[in-house]
Amino acid sequence: MVATFEPIIGRYLNLDIAGRPHRLYFEEAGSGIPLVCLHTAGADGRQYRHLMCDPAITDHFRVLCFDMPWHGKSNPPDGFEREEYALTTESYAAMILAFIDALELEKPVCMGCSIGGRMVLYLAARHPDRFRALIGLESADYQDPWYDLTWLNRPDVHGGEVCAAMVSGLISPTVPEARRQETLWMYKQGGPGIFKGDLHFYRVDGDLRALTPEIDTRRCPLYLLTGEYDFSCSPADTERTAAKIAGVEPVTMRGLGHFPMSEDPERFRSYVLPVLDRIRGV
Amino acid sequence: MSTMTTDASTTVLARMCELPAMVNGDDALVRRGRFLDCDFLVGVGDVPVYVSVRGGRIAALEQGERLTRRTDFAIRAAPETWLRFWEAVPAPGWHDLSALVKQGAASMEGDFRVIMANLQYFKDVLARPRARAAG
Repeated sequence: MVATFEPIIGRYLNLDIAGRPHRLYFEEAGSGIPLVCLHTAGADGRQYRHLMCDPAITDHFRVLCFDMPWHGKSNPPDGFEREEYALTTESYAAMILAFIDALELEKPVCMGCSIGGRMVLYLAARHPDRFRALIGLESADYQDPWYDLTWLNRPDVHGGEVCAAMVSGLISPTVPEARRQETLWMYKQGGPGIFKGDLHFYRVDGDLRALTPEIDTRRCPLYLLTGEYDFSCSPADTERTAAKIAGVEPVTMRGLGHFPMSEDPERFRSYVLPVLDRIRGV
Repeated sequence: MSTMTTDASTTVLARMCELPAMVNGDDALVRRGRFLDCDFLVGVGDVPVYVSVRGGRIAALEQGERLTRRTDFAIRAAPETWLRFWEAVPAPGWHDLSALVKQGAASMEGDFRVIMANLQYFKDVLARPRARAAG
């Protein structure tokens, strides 16, 4: 095998988020319209690595993926050992806007998956003028809980194993086995209690049902795409959400689950490329 | 007990009989469960199937009611549900144990600590007949 470099470049960014110093890791590739990608709960920016190596995207978009604090190669902030990590709507929005401001990104597109898809709805309602367009993957303003989160972080159950096992069923049974295992690997690598802490936003703090009708897609176009095998955020959840927003046509992605960009990148690009083409006006 | 044995039930119970060979012949699966000793019940409609796991291997599998038999937990579903779960490419909602439970097609009860500590093992064991369906 000939050794080759991927076009992805990683850097560390020191910045304040909500007044607290953070050391944030991010990767980027391509040039053109900034496209900020938000990873799922308990994972990191590697989920978008295929997108960042796809010239059909990087020829037109500067794709940027940061690892949320506590995730991937981003540090938890100093003093983290004395607190219980819990993501909130406010802290999540703050980190995204701080990242965009720090890199001086002008009207980026933002695409988020799962908790990122939920956050995209919040950004659409509260910060539509900051974005050129928003894309929600596995996105709904509310979902029914389907398990007790306390299992994700306790000393008698291996956190990495149980986090991966819980989400394994959200992946489509049709995807390449290597991509399935890579998707699960990120869950096995997560810090203790971090997936659970992310889901605080999903389950406790981030019920956006009252906010969704305020979304005005004339100010910022919104696209919603959901995998048919996702039973956490099901196509029905996305359709129920979209029904409250004028100008949104939800798309159900066949043969995909909760992690479309990492579980089957080839299939995902057939759904996301037309959206990105529309956003750049071709 | 009076159990109506349907074609679906017969098919599922026959496949369940092959589970020990399928699991014990899968080195990676046995290794995943190498620290696990437990006894659980798989409900195929009204018919209980008792599965004993020792060191990740299925040491025993018995069909039919065993009154007062101790188990760590039980997973129950209709025979038709197991068949849909075992299709080579199951339909959305029928492709994962948690998906079955969420949509009400299966139930889990018992010691969830055992289930959660070994969740991928149990998912893989109970999905093992799917490989057979795929040929």
